[in-house]
Amino acid sequence: MTYIPISPKERDAMLDAIGVKSLDALFDSVPAKYRFPQLDLPAAMTEMEAAALLGELAASNETARDLACFLGAGAYNHYIPSVIDHMLRRGEFYTAYTPYQPEISQGTLQAIFEYQSLMTTLTGMELSNASHYDGATAAAEAVNLAFAQFRGKRRKVVISPSVHPQYRETIRTYTQGMDLKLVGDGADADLQAAPEALSPLIDQETCLVIVQYPDFFGRIFDYTKLVENAHSKGALVCVVANPTALALFKTPGSMGADVVVGDGQPLGLPLWFGGPSLGFFTTKKSYVHKMAGRLVGETVDTRGEKSYVLTLTAREQHIKREKATSNICSNQGLMALASAIYLSSLGQTGLRQVADLCYQKAHYAAEELSKLPGVGLCFSQPFFHEFAVCFPKPVADLNAHLLEHGILGGYNLEQDYPSLQNHMLIAVTEMNSKDEIDALVSVLKEALDA
Amino acid sequence: MREKTIFELSSPGRTGVTFPKSDVPEYDLPNEELLRKELPLPELAEVDVVRHYMKLSKYNYGVDLGFYPLGSCTMKYNPKINEDTCRLPGFVFSHPLQPIETVQGNLALLYEMQEWLKEISGFAGVTLQPAAGAHGEFTGVLMMNAYHKSRGDTKRTKMIVPDSAHGTNPASAGMMGMSIVVIPSDERGNVNLEALKAACDDTVVGMMLTNPNTLGLFDENVEQIVKIVHDCGGLMYGDGANLNALLGIVRPGDLGFDVMHFNLHKTFAVPHGGGGPGSGPVGVGEKLLDFLPAPLIAIVEEGDEEIPPLFGYYTPEKTIGRMKAFHGHFGAIVRSYTYIAMHGPDGLKDVSQYAVLNANYLAARLRNTYRIPHDRICMHEFVMEGSVPGTDVRALDIAKRLMDYDFHPPTNYFPLIVHEALMIEPTETENKDTLDAFADALIKIAEEAKTNPELVKSAPHKTLFGRMDEVKAARELVLCCWLPENYSAE
Repeated sequence: MTYIPISPKERDAMLDAIGVKSLDALFDSVPAKYRFPQLDLPAAMTEMEAAALLGELAASNETARDLACFLGAGAYNHYIPSVIDHMLRRGEFYTAYTPYQPEISQGTLQAIFEYQSLMTTLTGMELSNASHYDGATAAAEAVNLAFAQFRGKRRKVVISPSVHPQYRETIRTYTQGMDLKLVGDGADADLQAAPEALSPLIDQETCLVIVQYPDFFGRIFDYTKLVENAHSKGALVCVVANPTALALFKTPGSMGADVVVGDGQPLGLPLWFGGPSLGFFTTKKSYVHKMAGRLVGETVDTRGEKSYVLTLTAREQHIKREKATSNICSNQGLMALASAIYLSSLGQTGLRQVADLCYQKAHYAAEELSKLPGVGLCFSQPFFHEFAVCFPKPVADLNAHLLEHGILGGYNLEQDYPSLQNHMLIAVTEMNSKDEIDALVSVLKEALDA
Repeated sequence: MREKTIFELSSPGRTGVTFPKSDVPEYDLPNEELLRKELPLPELAEVDVVRHYMKLSKYNYGVDLGFYPLGSCTMKYNPKINEDTCRLPGFVFSHPLQPIETVQGNLALLYEMQEWLKEISGFAGVTLQPAAGAHGEFTGVLMMNAYHKSRGDTKRTKMIVPDSAHGTNPASAGMMGMSIVVIPSDERGNVNLEALKAACDDTVVGMMLTNPNTLGLFDENVEQIVKIVHDCGGLMYGDGANLNALLGIVRPGDLGFDVMHFNLHKTFAVPHGGGGPGSGPVGVGEKLLDFLPAPLIAIVEEGDEEIPPLFGYYTPEKTIGRMKAFHGHFGAIVRSYTYIAMHGPDGLKDVSQYAVLNANYLAARLRNTYRIPHDRICMHEFVMEGSVPGTDVRALDIAKRLMDYDFHPPTNYFPLIVHEALMIEPTETENKDTLDAFADALIKIAEEAKTNPELVKSAPHKTLFGRMDEVKAARELVLCCWLPENYSAE
């Protein structure tokens, strides 16, 4: 089935007006040899058939709804209030383009302006852009900002080994053409060390230092001292933050961070097998001209009414072309809208509740797990809703056992950190009941006893 | 009266969504120095939030409301079933790091999508990881660079881009520190072959070509272009932004392109969402297969008559690495999968044929009123000059006046090579009545430009908002709002 609203009679009248005999005759400029290939694709389905096919595919997954989920590592199983999707399904929002025509796009523009405001409130920074693809690409764009800030004269980035492994990979991919040195996260890095251990690596060549908050292992560090050390060498600091944690813990802005980025998925966006989510990007006013991405600013219209427009577009690709701050064109508009609705409908009370529930339940799980013989927490620092546990058995075996009991176990840290053999990263959110946590502990006990 | 901001609507002590009490023993929070004191988020009840966003939605124009002929953006109708399939609980609640055995539905869908896009485009491999068109372009440029480097061919630093290219093309190459060589168009709107030959040498990484180009014209010399670039050792990049003209018409891989990005949010009906999320898979020919981003989706254990195959992940040998966390914009990919499944091979060909029919019909209706440079049979879009002889009415004025007739304006001032450009892409999902009404409006505006130019130059008049002071926005840079200073939370 197609969605073409033209009858054969109308088609013929249109062909007449154009002056060609058939639809095929419109394609004479295409090399005849390759014209009209027969595509080897399944035959067209009706909506009813497609709905059934997709229903089957979806139903063949076992998800965080079917299983008790203790998997996080950058994507978190939070409750998403109904109100969000009801608003996202407004055709006026989701079938609109980037708001190039502000007179008829004030809905999108005001929503992004409010999103920007909400994100600066959370991170404690001065300004936010309209969003990037995800947390990893936002972190890579922070490198671009720092590189541009020093006009390419500083070519070193210091990155903590406890930044999400996939974020570090993405940054390495992004910077392939930049002749940049990334240091600090080698296989020999001391994972127990305090953040200040990165300080000796920061020098006059360093444009950016990147840390995560809470870090990949869930730990909360105060980066104030590290930021001071970095600034004393003239380097900028980027903090990759979890937005839920920012409801409870001091803001990276108050630690002096220059850029705060992260993934917005915990703010009302579904797990969705990893995307789309959004990457938030917040910084200081002084870096606004070096920042990539769309930006909405306040103005007035000809009638004197307060209004919003895309602003500082001269930074962007469609004007500056190869001299642009980035090639980025789209943002994650609809996802930014979802996060804004999430933050508005939870407000300070609701968001603090979520963060507090995550903290409490994670600490209960950590305490109960560390009572098991031979089991211990890997790190002693304060943590938020995720923590690394060391087991006397391989994580893959334990997870297989958990799965048999309807539990989605934690992330196997060994795949990224060879020194963390038998270490599992466990995430607990408001979605995990005490019963689920108790089941996790008892099934693991059984697996360890076996 | 304009809707206030969500911060201005806040009232201390109001609550919206709340959560259950904790069912575990209480644990102390860490040292106070690690905690934040204030969290100045707005406080509203759910009904306040709903009314706020409903009101904002009414300030917007979308495809669901009317004709949205933004050139190069392919604002086609977004089928409603796609919005349901992408939200099926089995998809929505699946975690990207789950064991593969638990997400075979997702992986089967992704694998099949890779296969379908290969078939549609004529490429040997496809990655679904890139998040958007520009992200796909960057992926392609990284692979082109890695390909040359892997052969020890290190002096290639130049990217060739026609003057009609999208701005993202030079920007993507610029992100790799490449220099840009711009090739002019000839009088038929094709790439100037002499200029191309002169630019091609052993320092060329490749060429980024949009075909049909941004004038909406299929380059009549595409085979020669590909040959010239290949002969100097360069690679051909195809910008797939205009793929809506080519489904079942011609496969870029067959034409000799080495790499191309797809825009699922254009060609394959993922809604644009007010600026995203999109999805920008990339197809490659044999030469670049080993360089694709990781992971790809593969069959890791063959099936048989009884047991289905096991899908999992695969890392190409010389991969450029990872373009983002996890597996790309899965939610967008499900929508496009649904769309392709429902169209089948013949339906896809219909899409392109009717997209091209609609564009040519509109051009035929308008060519006596507005000048169309390079006037020949166009593909899915065309570019005309938005000026009316004998008046000083500009493309911008015409665009704004169209809003008074309840249409979204076309893309304006792009491509840069056409004076006062208005770039019109009707798509295949518009009926003849709509196209006629749009053409009538444009013809009427040309008339108004002569009889009452002020009416056009001060448009729009019937919209909720007038033209914006963009200079003020850039000069004052008010980018955020906060709770009022005297606001006291409990």
